[in-house]
Amino acid sequence: MMSRKTLTFALMDAPYESAKLTTAFRILDAAARRGHDINVFAYEGAAALAFTRQSPHPNPVHGKNLAEENHPTTKDQVAALLAEATKNGGKVDWVNCGMCVDERGVGEFVPGTRRGSPADFQAFLDASDNTLVIPTK
Amino acid sequence: MAKKSLNIIESAYRAVMEEQDDTILWLLTAMQGAGGVHTVVLRGNAVNYAIAGQGAPGLTVGEWKQTQAPRMDRDVVDLIENRKIPVYVVEEDLAERGIASNELVSGVKPISRRALPELFVEYDIVSHW
Repeated sequence: MMSRKTLTFALMDAPYESAKLTTAFRILDAAARRGHDINVFAYEGAAALAFTRQSPHPNPVHGKNLAEENHPTTKDQVAALLAEATKNGGKVDWVNCGMCVDERGVGEFVPGTRRGSPADFQAFLDASDNTLVIPTK
Repeated sequence: MAKKSLNIIESAYRAVMEEQDDTILWLLTAMQGAGGVHTVVLRGNAVNYAIAGQGAPGLTVGEWKQTQAPRMDRDVVDLIENRKIPVYVVEEDLAERGIASNELVSGVKPISRRALPELFVEYDIVSHW
């Protein structure tokens, strides 16, 4: 049986602008399903991933109403990640960089995520079995 | 009268899963609907958009599942057939990636790099996305 690990991820891309976050969420989902403990440091644009005022929208170009478009929001993905980890005996410590949040006015987070600082990321690095940085470019 | 606009799209698959489409193709479609006159040239990695039969599974995170994952080939066909936006693909970029012309959706127009300047002069605006 695979031992439980502590994995840290640093995300930087803003939602709805990059393919990297989709890849990140696929990896995070796999880790949560295996019951690993997950730390996320959401830096720069990624500080908006857990912003609760994100709203799905209809898409007239697609010819779809709100329900048909079923537009994904990253806040829902964050919430689902937290739930999946809990279900499998792991936990997620999702830290939104406080200054990044303030700059962007995205200070309303998905419950279970928190405001933090680079000191949290340093603590994550020191305490984790491995760390994956997914930088923006 | 709307200016004729040629749009060279090079950035590919950038946020298509999150937006469930390519944001530039979406933008041009909306602008065409608002009276614009647009043409698309797919170059670089964006030539992949014209390959028929593609599609990634929707994202799944725990119990949350994406139900409307994008299909870029479908969106290219929509541009051509429904929006009346011509779509060119750069032949050399296809060849470099090993993509044969019979893999493409119908209606796209192959164009060589050398022929692009002649295409440019037909348009009022040339934008590189």
